[in-house]
Amino acid sequence: MSDEQSAAAAGVLGGDEETFRALLQSIVDVARAIFGAQASSIFLYDEDADELVFEAVSGEGGDTLVGTRFPSSTGIAGFALVTRQPLVVDDLSNDPRFSRERAASTGYVPNSIVASPLLHDERALGVLSVLDRAEDRPFGVAELELLSRFSTQAAIGLDLLLRARRARSALAGEGTPALVARVASLLDEEDGDEGMRLLEALERLLLSRR
Amino acid sequence: MSTRPVPAWSLPPGDAPAVEAPGPWREALTRQWAIGDSRGAVDVCIVDSGIEAGHPLVGPVASARAVARGEDGSVQIVEDELGDVVGHGTACAGIVRSLAPDCRLHSVRVLGAGNTGAGDLILAGLRHAIDSGHRVINLSLSTTKRRFAEELHELADDAYFKGTVIVASAHNLPVDSYPWRFSSVISVGSHERPDPLTWYANPDPPVELFARGVDVDVAWLGGGTLRCTGNSFAAPHVAGISALVLAKHPELTPYQVKTVLRLTATNTEGTP
Repeated sequence: MSDEQSAAAAGVLGGDEETFRALLQSIVDVARAIFGAQASSIFLYDEDADELVFEAVSGEGGDTLVGTRFPSSTGIAGFALVTRQPLVVDDLSNDPRFSRERAASTGYVPNSIVASPLLHDERALGVLSVLDRAEDRPFGVAELELLSRFSTQAAIGLDLLLRARRARSALAGEGTPALVARVASLLDEEDGDEGMRLLEALERLLLSRR
Repeated sequence: MSTRPVPAWSLPPGDAPAVEAPGPWREALTRQWAIGDSRGAVDVCIVDSGIEAGHPLVGPVASARAVARGEDGSVQIVEDELGDVVGHGTACAGIVRSLAPDCRLHSVRVLGAGNTGAGDLILAGLRHAIDSGHRVINLSLSTTKRRFAEELHELADDAYFKGTVIVASAHNLPVDSYPWRFSSVISVGSHERPDPLTWYANPDPPVELFARGVDVDVAWLGGGTLRCTGNSFAAPHVAGISALVLAKHPELTPYQVKTVLRLTATNTEGTP
């Protein structure tokens, strides 16, 4: 099956975009709680536009930031994305250039950022970040390990979200898979079983012609 | 998704288990012999996001090149006029300089300015760095694309046979990434101690060494500093220490340098 076909099948048989969004939201909510942080975000890397997009935000900026974009290779999230390495940066507010850029793009100037790339299979799908963790909690190698585990979850969640989006666009497209997926979708919504009987008859007919 | 076990990415708090070294080697091969009063006067190349030349913690940059994609999609090596737009390469360069004050720093920019780590650009940058004959190359990055792994492997072997030490930061996410896993490079994870000259040999590879990588004050864009944590900052510590070794013992091959680093590691029994 092509990517689009499997995405369409996943979209019909599995969850929808809202479910995967809720999964990403719960990951940033838990990450924020565990690290006692002011905020946590998941960014999706939009390869075509070469930008990072806020997909889920917990805490500061949660109401307004989802959907906001910025260039992929700048900022601390960009660090993590381009190097494929997690990192922790403190004392950010001492850096006037960073503060200005950040304030302009998000309205919030953190003092510290933890960022981890979201790697799934061979691809870098995005970045998980944790802003202004609690000051009384040091961030050493054990905490980076923990964040890495969260990153694996977030990467899988992001992959599912991308599949759901591809499924939706496949449903709106042309060709046999799109048609079958649309029919399956309609059957899901149907009250009676006439549609299903018709489809079964079609299947018998096609099998008899083999 | 990889089925291989996830290696130790970094050293948990506390010292690493002791690594045994043959008695006669231990006595002959001391840190004093290895790095003594060396100032690391060799060529060290940072293959990364560029270097901010003239940063107080970095000093002069002997050469700066960038890997660029031409209009026809071909990959070219050009003079780098941007410096560092991300900050990562400058941070690595500052760490190397702090350990090897007399090293000649070179930059090959393969990241940033719209490049989010395309494998072919990293390969081209690394190839250029190896062909330039630098003694040490720092790679605080990796690629997750398997189709580049074979060529990267060949490049890492080329460097090894030509006498260039490649120091690469290790990864701990459950995906394979390259080139740090290759035995022809030196792979580095982080420990939590604040001493830049504390390094540990890992008795459980593929990560071979642990170096300082937690709460490191690094050079930052605009002449400033930031406190950073990550394996990206552990690798340049070993690159700097390798420069010290090679400046004092220019005849050593990469495998000898690796052996020296292992035998003089903080957790190798009898390390003076």
